[in-house]
Amino acid sequence: MKYTKDHEWLRVEGDLVVVGITEHAATALGDVVFVELPEVETMVAEGDEVAVIESVKAASDILAPAGGVIVEINDLLLDNPGLVNEDPLGAGWFFKMKLDDLAVLDDFMDEDEYNELIG
Amino acid sequence: MKEPAMTFTPVDYNPYDFANRRHIGPSPAEMAEMLAAVGVRSLDDLIAETVPSAIRQKSPLGWAPLSEQDLLGRMRAVAARNKVMTSLIGQGYYGTFTPPAIQRNILENPAWYTAYTPYQPEIAQGRLEALLNFQTMVADLTGLAVANASLLDEATAAAEAMTMAERCAKSKARAFFVDEGCHPQTVAVIKTRALPLDIQIIVGPPEALDPQAVFGAIFQYPGTLGHVRDFSAEIAALHGAKAIAVVATDLLALCLLKEPGAMGADIAVGSSQRFGVPMGYGGPHAAFFACKDEWKRSMPGRIVGVSIDSRGNKAYRLALQTREQHIRREKATSNVCTAQALLAVMASMYGVFHGPLGLRAIAERVHFMTNRLARALLAAGARVSPKAFFDTITVEVGVGQAGILAAARHEGLNFRKIGTDRVGISLDETIDEKVLLRVLRAFGIDGVPPHRASLSFPEAQLRVSAFMTHPVFHMNRAESEMMRYMRRLSDRDLALDRAMIPLGSCTMKLNAAAEMMAISWPEFSSLHPFCPPDQALGYREAIEDLREKLCEITGYEAFSMQPNSGAQGEYAGLLTIQAWHRSRGEGHRKVCLIPVSAHGTNPASAQMAGMQVVVVGSMPNGDVDLDDFRAKAVAAGGNLAACMITYPSTHGVFEETLREICRITHDHGGQVYLDGANMNAMVGLVKPGEIGSDVSHLNLHKTFAIPHGGGGPGMGPIGVKAHLAPFLPGHPESGGLAGAGLQNENHSGAVSAAPYGSASVLLISWAYCLMMGGEGLTQATRVAILNANYIAARLKGAYPVLFMGKQGRVAHECILDTRPFAGAGVSVDDIAKRLIDNGFHAPTMSWPVAGTLMVEPTESETKAEIDRFILALLAIREEIRAVEQGEISAEDSPLRHAPHTVEDLVADWTRRYPREQGCFPPGAFRVDKYWPPVGRVDNVHGDRNLICSCPPVESYRTAAQLPPAGVFVKG
Repeated sequence: MKYTKDHEWLRVEGDLVVVGITEHAATALGDVVFVELPEVETMVAEGDEVAVIESVKAASDILAPAGGVIVEINDLLLDNPGLVNEDPLGAGWFFKMKLDDLAVLDDFMDEDEYNELIG
Repeated sequence: MKEPAMTFTPVDYNPYDFANRRHIGPSPAEMAEMLAAVGVRSLDDLIAETVPSAIRQKSPLGWAPLSEQDLLGRMRAVAARNKVMTSLIGQGYYGTFTPPAIQRNILENPAWYTAYTPYQPEIAQGRLEALLNFQTMVADLTGLAVANASLLDEATAAAEAMTMAERCAKSKARAFFVDEGCHPQTVAVIKTRALPLDIQIIVGPPEALDPQAVFGAIFQYPGTLGHVRDFSAEIAALHGAKAIAVVATDLLALCLLKEPGAMGADIAVGSSQRFGVPMGYGGPHAAFFACKDEWKRSMPGRIVGVSIDSRGNKAYRLALQTREQHIRREKATSNVCTAQALLAVMASMYGVFHGPLGLRAIAERVHFMTNRLARALLAAGARVSPKAFFDTITVEVGVGQAGILAAARHEGLNFRKIGTDRVGISLDETIDEKVLLRVLRAFGIDGVPPHRASLSFPEAQLRVSAFMTHPVFHMNRAESEMMRYMRRLSDRDLALDRAMIPLGSCTMKLNAAAEMMAISWPEFSSLHPFCPPDQALGYREAIEDLREKLCEITGYEAFSMQPNSGAQGEYAGLLTIQAWHRSRGEGHRKVCLIPVSAHGTNPASAQMAGMQVVVVGSMPNGDVDLDDFRAKAVAAGGNLAACMITYPSTHGVFEETLREICRITHDHGGQVYLDGANMNAMVGLVKPGEIGSDVSHLNLHKTFAIPHGGGGPGMGPIGVKAHLAPFLPGHPESGGLAGAGLQNENHSGAVSAAPYGSASVLLISWAYCLMMGGEGLTQATRVAILNANYIAARLKGAYPVLFMGKQGRVAHECILDTRPFAGAGVSVDDIAKRLIDNGFHAPTMSWPVAGTLMVEPTESETKAEIDRFILALLAIREEIRAVEQGEISAEDSPLRHAPHTVEDLVADWTRRYPREQGCFPPGAFRVDKYWPPVGRVDNVHGDRNLICSCPPVESYRTAAQLPPAGVFVKG
């Protein structure tokens, strides 16, 4: 598992990467009430706003961690956004993407580094 | 204090002194006690310790005060200079009968007009229901799934629709098509909005639309010249190109015409003015905004939703609050917050008052009158267009135009002047056969043709779907029922007519009765915003005098009265700065420095003005980080456009570094925008224009006594230094009232539908300035600062007070920290809801710092009321202490169960504290106890299950059957 400074996690699954938000982020946001997901087959560049997450406290964007194409989205979140709070690292995933270059994963934080970030 | 014995001694006592006897709360004796509690000798000493001497203004405000009686006399004289005519100009503004029951029970009722935006749902169920009725009515009439709780005016709603279309459309085109049949002011505001966003505007006839070239299009239905046409084909073509279709429309027409939803429209906008809200020379009126279900989360403005309370009962609340700009900031696509709640409530009550059958009958009456007018003109050989119309026709009169317009005026009528050879005539519900005779006489025609129940548009355009089927629109319409319905709703709410509303940053001061009276007088309320200027001389006098006074107060040289809200003022001010930069060949300057502590509308407005927001950090004490500011100004260099500074700061402190911030900005070629949201701490003491600022908006609904109306109206005029005056907003219908910017071709474009925004409420601020006088306004500022410092002094032992100035003083508001109680499980929400049990509206929560309460008492509150508030907060502190000491858990405490309802009181009492303590805490009145109609409202449930119209009731299905057209009007 890798982590971004924007509190997203990335998990490699075959040649795909699954993206979600960390437990720390889910707790900070509070009860998630709405999630807007990208369309499958969308090409994205690093830093693009690909999804929107709204809680009772805040609205924020989920950024593409790296360039690639969206291949699958978690439809369950549309009807049950609370999954993000209940299981942020599992059932609360957002989308799967095929990265242009898997090697960029090395640039992201590992768990220890991320834990240090959120201290 | 005991009254002294009545022996005759001549005293210096003026019973008609409005400022000191009526507007300012504390008496001189009370002030002495409060100063002692604060620990200063005099009010002047307090001000000296609070406001840095370097920024104090040099000369006092000059003018003498008027008594209430003299004010009303002056108002009468000014009113007499306006000429009341029957305006048939149309163009988005129409005559209407305000039902007297609505005028008296809503518009003129402080229970409605002094309420705040319903952020605290438990004390706002009444107005939330009225606004939900508005949303339901609009959604039904437009045939779309959801509607919001109003926007500022039709033109800005159309501009909002454009930016929303850009966000929602899958089309990547960069142009937006505007039907040339749109009202000119709508086209102008859309163009203004598009320019900084690099959106290309294509204006043309619907036939010219190339769907592939645009991300969206707007059509007017019926068109500004009267056309009724079906846009289904154009809309389908737009959808084929993944573009969004917007229809600007008219609610009364939709009672008779096929609804935009049935044509496939994605978004519908318009004005609800003709639903019982007077024209008022431009406003205020509630614009509406509705869209398909799939777009609802992108809809701008506030939306009322349905949720449940702590007992699982139905409860209303503002939904999706997180989207408001204080969260999305520079990523916001809209800066709308203040809307037109009071006017939306009036329009919704007009809907309740008439019901769908009544509205349909009114629409038919207007339509058949127009049909008679057209027939008479055609029979006399006049060239009338269009063939298909609802209430508006255009007559080609050639060189006779001036003669026809003069003949109309001779009959007491205003027609619309179109170009040099046509006139437009729009009829409305107030027009009867007698007026029709006068209209025809202006054309030299005698007599009116008989009524005929035939449609002047194709049968296919007739509305066949039902609307307003909910039972609320089918209640017995006896006035006794209506009156009680309005009373029941307002009784559910807490407004200023019951208790202090200590909302920090909102300035909930007195809205005095004398200030409010003139807005209902026909000489002010019935003027069309585009009437000939010689009919509005009274308005001219009032606006010019208010302009002069605002210039004196702020140290600016010019003012634009156009912006309809504070956020719109910010946006207009930044556009003015941009236009100035462009005029100097420096249009590339785009960087706007904004402190992280700024109000969320600041970055949102900067984004809308096409600026690049650079955030400046804060010091631990809340002040702007001057080193960071300097570094970012240097980094921006030749690209620096402006900085936006709130003063006193959003933390409620007069920062010492303001002059330095202005100097740095100017040194790098930028302009200073000083946000006037906190002007109530400056009037008479500090002039923004004297301390280095170039532009400010004033929230007239905060500092200058326009009531909040439960979330609008507001007014946000902007003042500027002389060099910026030529670049103030312009307007296509400037009405001949010479005002800064209106005649300059380099101006920054129109930002509102009407040249003077919501002109009629300017009278309230003018009345306030006249009665207070220069010294009274200054004293109000001093007392506002005293009241805030008194609260800080009394509460600082119980709650930490954050952010004080150098000498330990706050400005006109203070921030109480509740974060120390989080460890015990007590949240800022718990305290806010517990204040409701004490009969108070909560202070501003979690802004500008999460976990805090920001308290602004204003000068209008008496010591007794402030002491009751302090008593309540001290008692709450003891309840927190009980939790901290483990005597009761947070979950079991009265804090968590707050607010307590009558249901709680009469149910089996199983709580771990006494009933008496729960329901009657020390701040609460025994006899006049305020009972919230619902328990704590569940925000999460409401946002996850978004319902934005009146909950359905099965039993009223039969009401959905509407008889065919022509049944109700018998000539």
